[in-house]
Amino acid sequence: MEALAKLGRSTLDKFSALGRATFVLLGAVMSVPQLKNIPLTIKQIYVVGVQSLSIIIVSGLFIGMVMALQGYTILVDYGAEGSLGPMVALSLLRELGPVVTALLFAGRAGSALTAEIGLMKATEQLSSLEMMAVDPLRRIVAPRLWAGVISMPMLAIIFSAVGILGGHLVGVDWLGVDAGSYWSIMQSTVEWNEDVLNGFIKSIVFAFVVTWIAIFKGYDSIPTSEGISAATTQTVVYSSLAVLGLDFVLTAIMFGIE
Amino acid sequence: MISRKTEIWVGLFVALAIAATLMLALNVASKGSVGQGETYSLFAKFDNIGGLKVRSSVKVGGVTIGRVESIELDPEDFTPVVKLSISQQYNLFPETSSVSILTSGLLGEQYIGFQPGFSIDGIENLKEGDYIADTKSALVLEDLIGQFLFSRDSE
Repeated sequence: MEALAKLGRSTLDKFSALGRATFVLLGAVMSVPQLKNIPLTIKQIYVVGVQSLSIIIVSGLFIGMVMALQGYTILVDYGAEGSLGPMVALSLLRELGPVVTALLFAGRAGSALTAEIGLMKATEQLSSLEMMAVDPLRRIVAPRLWAGVISMPMLAIIFSAVGILGGHLVGVDWLGVDAGSYWSIMQSTVEWNEDVLNGFIKSIVFAFVVTWIAIFKGYDSIPTSEGISAATTQTVVYSSLAVLGLDFVLTAIMFGIE
Repeated sequence: MISRKTEIWVGLFVALAIAATLMLALNVASKGSVGQGETYSLFAKFDNIGGLKVRSSVKVGGVTIGRVESIELDPEDFTPVVKLSISQQYNLFPETSSVSILTSGLLGEQYIGFQPGFSIDGIENLKEGDYIADTKSALVLEDLIGQFLFSRDSE
């Protein structure tokens, strides 16, 4: 009986958390966009996007380089090293670009968002805003949400582009794949709508989910040091799981059925 | 309120994203160079289409002029009907043209090779909805091996 009650309680907790998360989201998204919030959003794009740029570029470069190296050793056995370009480009654009960017983004920017908002809550800055009749959802949460949703697709595209250049560096400049075939076979294989746009849509969805989880976990955290540290951990874990799970669903919808 | 440095960095970030998009658009992806814009449809009946797929390319001497739009089975004589959408830019092929299913390389994907026919007086050009009469089916490797073994046995 006790176990049953426990199960029921945890289910109810989950659902009420989901409800609170929806309220936070609605409060942030549905609030009338204010002109004076645009500078706040730009500042958050700096924090969330620009400061993630270095990790995105470096990891994109290395992932592209590693893929070219691994792909080359396999493809060269079949004399198909000309297909290195499309292999690198397709895997980056369809999967690795959006997914790895989302995972890095959750670790780099999501955790920071959670900690920042959690600490604001712990030091009662959010309640003081409310006492001054400033809606914290509108003033604090909305700019961060939009900054995340705007920044991450851009980061994902930069990631893919840098990765393709990294693949070019290893494949063409070091291993001697013909530059012409690297680019031309890539060009004839990669479709703008099918591959690039679908990857872009994926990264928008991931951006939304990751930022939402990060913001809600901060907003809903228990305002103690342990609470904030737990919330930060949960942000990274939950958003990584959500990204990987959603990625399968989106891939099945986009590329699964011809 | 926001410092100039922040603004410059965000501007740089956006510029970088635009540059990356442009690179993907111009260097990496084919923006469906053929298949977008004005096209017209032709039909061709084959005995066997082998591994031909929707979106396979249609080529004249290696130049892509269109794509396979759809592949269906004729319900009456049970032969595959392939619908080709050809770029309107190339709309002067004579009726005597022929199509065959070819393979790029030994293991490559299959495409439709389009042979423009001769054009003399009295022969019209192919237009929207026409059937191409002269078709050659795909070579199926198993059939070839079978024929080879059969002909060796009979010797």
